[in-house]
Amino acid sequence: MARWEDGREKEARLKPGPTGDSGVAAAEVEFERYEMREGAVHQFELQRRDFFKALGGGIAILVAVRAPLATAVAAQESGGRGRRGSEEIPETVGAWLHVGEDGGVSVFTGKVEIGQNIRTSLAQAVAEELRVPLASIRMTMGDTEKVPFDMGTFGSRSTPTMGLQLRRAASAAKDVLIDLAAKKWGVERDKLAAEDARVHDPRSGRTASYAELATGQQFSQTIPEEDPLIAPAKWTIAGKSIEKVIGRDFVTGQHRYPSDTALPGMLFGKIVRPSAFGATLISVDAKDAKAMDGVTCVTDGDFIGVAAPSEYLAAQAAKRIHAEWKSSPQPSSDGIFDYLKTHRGKGQDYDEPKPQVAGSIESGLAAADVKLQQTYAVAYIAHTPLEPRAAVAEWKDGALTVWTGTQRPFAVRDDLAQTFHLSRERVRVLMPDMGSGYGGKHTAECAIEAARLARASGKPVKLVWTREEEFTWAYFRPAALIEISSGATHDGSVTAWEFHNYNSGSSGIATPYDIANQKIEFHPSDSPLRQGSYRGLAATANHFARETHMDELARAVKMDALEFRRRNLKDARLLAVFEAAAKAFGWSDRKKEAGRGFGIAGGVEKGGYLATCAEVRVDSASGEVKVERLVSAFECGAIVNPEHLRNQVEGAMVMGMGGALFEAIEFADGKITNPHFAQYRVPRFGDMPKIEAVLVDRKDLPSAGAGETPIMGVAPAIGSAIFDASGVRLRAMPLVPKGLKTAKA
Amino acid sequence: MAGKIELSVNRTQHSVISDGEASLLSVLRNEIGLTGSKYGCGEGQCGACTVLIDGFPQRSCITKLWSVAGKAITTIEGVEHDGKLHPLQEAFLADDALQCGYCTSGMIVSAVGLLKASPNPSVAEIVEFMQGNICRCGTYPRIVAAIQKAAAEMGGGR
Repeated sequence: MARWEDGREKEARLKPGPTGDSGVAAAEVEFERYEMREGAVHQFELQRRDFFKALGGGIAILVAVRAPLATAVAAQESGGRGRRGSEEIPETVGAWLHVGEDGGVSVFTGKVEIGQNIRTSLAQAVAEELRVPLASIRMTMGDTEKVPFDMGTFGSRSTPTMGLQLRRAASAAKDVLIDLAAKKWGVERDKLAAEDARVHDPRSGRTASYAELATGQQFSQTIPEEDPLIAPAKWTIAGKSIEKVIGRDFVTGQHRYPSDTALPGMLFGKIVRPSAFGATLISVDAKDAKAMDGVTCVTDGDFIGVAAPSEYLAAQAAKRIHAEWKSSPQPSSDGIFDYLKTHRGKGQDYDEPKPQVAGSIESGLAAADVKLQQTYAVAYIAHTPLEPRAAVAEWKDGALTVWTGTQRPFAVRDDLAQTFHLSRERVRVLMPDMGSGYGGKHTAECAIEAARLARASGKPVKLVWTREEEFTWAYFRPAALIEISSGATHDGSVTAWEFHNYNSGSSGIATPYDIANQKIEFHPSDSPLRQGSYRGLAATANHFARETHMDELARAVKMDALEFRRRNLKDARLLAVFEAAAKAFGWSDRKKEAGRGFGIAGGVEKGGYLATCAEVRVDSASGEVKVERLVSAFECGAIVNPEHLRNQVEGAMVMGMGGALFEAIEFADGKITNPHFAQYRVPRFGDMPKIEAVLVDRKDLPSAGAGETPIMGVAPAIGSAIFDASGVRLRAMPLVPKGLKTAKA
Repeated sequence: MAGKIELSVNRTQHSVISDGEASLLSVLRNEIGLTGSKYGCGEGQCGACTVLIDGFPQRSCITKLWSVAGKAITTIEGVEHDGKLHPLQEAFLADDALQCGYCTSGMIVSAVGLLKASPNPSVAEIVEFMQGNICRCGTYPRIVAAIQKAAAEMGGGR
């Protein structure tokens, strides 16, 4: 069976389990199948004696997470006596930190840094609770040998889940240090305070540094998640715009990304790809390549690859391999939406999604003065992280180490272990801060390929996918076909809302509007392309359809688009961002002129509240559409780092413009036909409108993630603005891949 | 066929044994160990691999090694002087003009070339000059602001 088929089968096998990220998010966030998650709870292998051996003496705090397969671990007395003896650590440790004898703070988390700046924001959270300078914190992230198991960095969970766990660990460590000082001085602990990495006794003026207090200790404690925390309103380190940590390395070219990893004697890999998805190998002739000096060829089933002493030689060797493939006809991007509607997903063993129903659509429509029925479509798009998939694999004494760019180091470790029939303990995956992911780097293909070549050649091998491979052999954001049928009264109340999403997923599928009669359903399709996570998942498609339709309904009842939302919203947080965006944008003062249009859209997803306003200019002669201005208001609870949050919101808007305006994967017969930046247009400098992010800081609410949700409002706001400017309603993303005229035709 | 080629990179001479048809990017990264220049597309379409050749920004991924023998090559590692950051590097940090940072080397090196040719560029000039550089994280407006700030810092400000 082709590896392509293997990959697809594997996705289909993934079963939505009862747990969310790290087992704590289940109640808060609904995950969907395309997030590619697994439900297992894993052993944290590092033993107590090992981490003191590795880090020296000091104070270690481990955070036990709630998980369905393990009972919550109660607070332990000093000495770290776990339930099964002093040397054992509970199975469900989510994160841990260590205060060393030099006062340095080492933080260990399975979350990874991919440009969202959690290396900075998580360190800020620890510094805040522990009362230490930011510079004393060392973050170890995504190294499967050193950090506790983590499901992966996705679903906007790093801030609400890992941020909270680390804050609690830091808070507990501070308490331990205060206890130590209290014991040392023979005073009551609640008379003492901690600040700037020292414990102070205000009455006597005595102070002791954390380093002094930690020296000679081998103290470990496992804490539950519910420890008191510093209220965001009192934050002094968190909540501030602190520069990206190790930022200097990034502007000087010194930071080592996964693709920059180099080992002595390392070879360079190159894969010979099948002619099309699902193609099977008929014959292969590798003798010319095998004759080259220093070149290793691997032909194993449908896998064909080479390893050579230089990238250039690897490419030359791959060219000299003559492979013949057999492929079969497959659906193409033309006609894909009919295909998705008529080809229901099959062979899946996950729970069938059930429609969400309230009231009765029939009676809702009967009560309506205006009825609308429309179909919306969203094309497959590619993540195109600027750093393609990359891996360096090294075998030593039967154990495998792989440096690779991934959002799920532990999943990659498990895939490697399974592929090479190794125990997990024999596989280590390290994830240096990588060149972005956007949900696109959840899988292990590149790591497995590099490891195969390294095993065959007996040397470490680096494999970096080409841009064309990245466009072709990764996975895509699912295409969507969405049908909406609705009704509203003349006074602007939506009375009926029926919503069907084919293929793209259930994220953000619920309407935030207060509608008595609803039926909302996700229908899995048999996607011809491999598809998976993407920033915001299906929420972008669902928001595009829903908010565009709301704009159409508003116009049908002759009501201002913002007023129409007010009329149907009870959610105060969503209303607040609509008002904030409208105010910053000047929605009520907007001046209508020929060729200029305005649109507004919003929604709630993953704990973040968003509203976006757009202004576009349409050149009626050329059909050119220029987005002139985007304003988004975003609220995600208490803000941890305002400048980095602003950057995320702006970046999500820019990325959202690509899918909104021109990004689309084209394919036919198992081949991607536009797998290059010259053919697949992504946003560039010249596409930039004036962009403004309005941040609504709610210090009274827990922090939510922010990397994904701000992408969702861009397409519907722009689409409605194009209608406002031109009278042309566009219901397919991308809206104007070739300008408005083509779109009209 | 592989042969010996003399390269001047960041004012240091390097003698490399390589096929002249190999890309400059691959030799910089893998033979000389300067990994600051990045592979983004290998097709000259994204700008992540940008280096200066005799002062002009070039895409090193589509530059054949033989074509740069004896020329002055500057990579991101050569932009900083004696431990002091270039004003562009300072401005990128101060304006948070990066997220993952993978495009940053190419952005800064391109901008060094821009400010050399036009010390006081307008926004339109910056956009036109930088159009070939992709930032998938979407920090373009911040990069434009950082380039303007650096230009002002360097004395070109209007």
